[in-house]
Amino acid sequence: MTKVHVTTSINGDETEFLCEPHDTLLDVLRNDLSLTGTKEGCGSGDCGACSVTLNGRLVCSCLVLGVEAEGAEVGTIEGVGEADNLNVIQEKFLEHAALQCGICTPGLIVSTQALLAENPSPTEEEARYYLAGNLCRCTGYDKIIRAVMDSAETMRGEG
Amino acid sequence: MSEAKKFNFIGQRTIRPDGHDKVTGKANYAADLALPGMIWGKILRSPHAHAKILKLDTSKAEAMLGVMSVATFDDLPSVSNEAIQSGEGAIDSLDLGRNVLARDKVLYHGHAIAAIAAKTEAIAEKALELIDVEYEVLTPVLDLHEAMKADAPLLHEDMFTQGYPEQPEKPSNIAARHELKMGDVEAGFAEADVIVERDFVTPTVHQGYIEPHACTVSYNTEGQSMVWCSTQGHFDVRASTAKLLAMPLGNLKVIASEIGGGFGGKTTVYLEPIALILSRKSGRPVKMMMDRDEVFRASGPASAARLTVKVGGKKDGTITAMQTSIAYEAGAFKGSPAMIGGMTAFTPYNCANVYCETFDVVVNKPKVAAYRAPGAPQAEFGAEMAVSELAEKLGIDPVDLRLQNAAKEGTQTVYGPKLKAVGLVECLEAAKNSPHYKTELKEGEGRGIASGFWFNIGGQSSVTINMNPDGTGTIVEGSPDIGGSRASMQMMAAEELGIPLNDLKPIIGDTESIPYNQSTGGSRTTFATGMAVIEAAQDVVQQLKERAASLWNVTPDQVEWRDGSAINTAGEGQMTCAEICAKCEKTGGQISGTGNVNARGAGPSFAVHVCDTKVDMETGKVDVIRYTAIQDAGKAIHPSYVEGQFQGGAAQGIGWALNEEYVYNDDGVMENAGFLDYRIPLASDLPMIDTIIVEVPNNFHPYGVRGVGESGIIPPLAAVGYAVGDAIGANVSELPCSPPRVLKLIQEKG
Repeated sequence: MTKVHVTTSINGDETEFLCEPHDTLLDVLRNDLSLTGTKEGCGSGDCGACSVTLNGRLVCSCLVLGVEAEGAEVGTIEGVGEADNLNVIQEKFLEHAALQCGICTPGLIVSTQALLAENPSPTEEEARYYLAGNLCRCTGYDKIIRAVMDSAETMRGEG
Repeated sequence: MSEAKKFNFIGQRTIRPDGHDKVTGKANYAADLALPGMIWGKILRSPHAHAKILKLDTSKAEAMLGVMSVATFDDLPSVSNEAIQSGEGAIDSLDLGRNVLARDKVLYHGHAIAAIAAKTEAIAEKALELIDVEYEVLTPVLDLHEAMKADAPLLHEDMFTQGYPEQPEKPSNIAARHELKMGDVEAGFAEADVIVERDFVTPTVHQGYIEPHACTVSYNTEGQSMVWCSTQGHFDVRASTAKLLAMPLGNLKVIASEIGGGFGGKTTVYLEPIALILSRKSGRPVKMMMDRDEVFRASGPASAARLTVKVGGKKDGTITAMQTSIAYEAGAFKGSPAMIGGMTAFTPYNCANVYCETFDVVVNKPKVAAYRAPGAPQAEFGAEMAVSELAEKLGIDPVDLRLQNAAKEGTQTVYGPKLKAVGLVECLEAAKNSPHYKTELKEGEGRGIASGFWFNIGGQSSVTINMNPDGTGTIVEGSPDIGGSRASMQMMAAEELGIPLNDLKPIIGDTESIPYNQSTGGSRTTFATGMAVIEAAQDVVQQLKERAASLWNVTPDQVEWRDGSAINTAGEGQMTCAEICAKCEKTGGQISGTGNVNARGAGPSFAVHVCDTKVDMETGKVDVIRYTAIQDAGKAIHPSYVEGQFQGGAAQGIGWALNEEYVYNDDGVMENAGFLDYRIPLASDLPMIDTIIVEVPNNFHPYGVRGVGESGIIPPLAAVGYAVGDAIGANVSELPCSPPRVLKLIQEKG
């Protein structure tokens, strides 16, 4: 099989890679670009651990082909913040103890960022439905939702 | 422990030390490691639930371009059936080997038969299709009652029921039968004014960790082989893998990656021995990952159960007798936690007359693994449903009935010891006084309350604290951090040393860094590993005092340790931890403290949950509208993560009660092996889960800690189940209360 050359932008960095036509964006990110912050939980778009943005739209990277990144802008957890300069959402997840094992956390943070970009003042119910595609088995979501609502408030300048 | 103990760090809501890595995507989980020259392993799995393997020919696959090695059961050295420690119980090594790679027979759909390592995943997958297997398909045994019949098809021709005075004449699918009893249940029921007797059924469920099993390994013929994997116990992975491959323990180093959930399901091995064989035969590092379908079909599940429960009570509210007969599915190999079901079912009650009969039954489903309080939720579901019904029939408030009969210090348990100080009464009182319990229900809403008991365990933990020349320290522990335990270890060490939290870095050492450490399970980590951390920190303090004494030329007992500094009580002088560490070169070399414990006295943790539901009478869909989880933590080291355990357990229990179940067809094929159809709770399925932390100190821990990880999954089954029945005016006896089942109950009621 012939590999395909793809030019894309990942977290603002222009990036080139070669991939098989059937490789998912998730495979490319993790195996070819060593961006392992994006996790695989199911490979079928049911768990949201692989959430990234593609041209600003929230997607499961396991349901996107690597070749679809051609000319696009991809956003992953690695672009959300740095350990010495965390994004508000990351800080609030830590403050509220909104993670236990942490495997769903990158996906949830990427999804929360997308939620708050679309809707800076979600109700609890709106937040719960927006994040319904991100499974967490550890927390029962209580502390996650509190972190999300607190992030929204802080980002609106009310916190 | 002293009542007046004042803490500097314990009880605060600190930021977990591994938090930054986990919110930025830097933390490395099982599937995140790649090694130079690495190839990929894939597994061929059985398409039948029960069949003899007549022929297994891998030659065509081996000849395929890009295939590097093949593994089958024949690559496992012959092992005896001696027991290996694996997570929360011992496992038969012969069964373990046959579960890892089938020999002679496949015993469930998805049972591993052979594995291939190839240069790419795609080649490995393609090569699996070239493996030639011939089967003689046998009738699958899928139902507990059918499996227990004398003429049922047998999974194991050589299995005779254990637990009878004499070995039965005929083999059976019943691996073991046990009895637990105290008092005289017949006399107890004779005294009762009201008796409730009911059958209950609970489904096969999965732990549902989001991270699939995965490992990267490298076999080294001459030196030390390496396994990197996601596990709750890397020392137990080493023990199991070394046993199956007949390797000395010292030749195998196991590194625990970050772990993306386990809940008991990551206390055994599936991939690791296979990957090592593939690596040995190819001379290359091998990576293996299960996909979600494989996780459901070939790992983990918790036992489906059938039980009959009978409880009797007097008009004054005294429970006079409690009895149950419990059958649990073990899956393809013996070892369900049926007996634990019997041990836990009625332990929340101070009842003199108790009888439990338990059956461990093999069926053609994946071998069960531990799942959070393994064995307790199923049995306690039946017990708590029956007790709530008894309260209703006696016209007594269900919390009051439980309070009147609550187990407390000195209560005799059916499994042996009398309880030490426990917090059930305090949990029940907290439930009664909670805003939730005082909230009036509206038309169409229902309420359930239930208690939960779990023993908790202690066991062996090993910790070393290495002090650095600048006065900071590294806590090397052996308990994989599954839910924030590093934070607790950091806090406990800081409490003893009196130095800032961030001066102490907890790391999970590999199997070479520290001595054996039991797995993260049994709610033991904060209790037992915490105790080891405290001992190691006290050892460091003692050495710091000795070094200060030598610098001051006084005796160590003339030095006091206060707020992170040595104080010279024989004269003038104070030295900080950092100052003493900086002078180690002059006082005898560097400092490290050890705490290697076999912790006894893990205090049981009781939980009480209150659940309100609303049921859509047209569709049978249940909404949980209010939920409160109350539990005894002994002493909450980090309250947020303690609450998190309560909430996480509650959510898993709610899933078990409402939606989760393995759906099998008649051929024994699971029809819902994905997160779309095996529906674990979503954010939109749950309300906020209120928590109340009760603290009745465990006198066997220096700070009073009880493990909190497991009890929280027990009460939801009956709290939700009873609330559903209450909302629709019917008796719930089967879980999950999924819409079709609830609708049927509504329709039957008319």
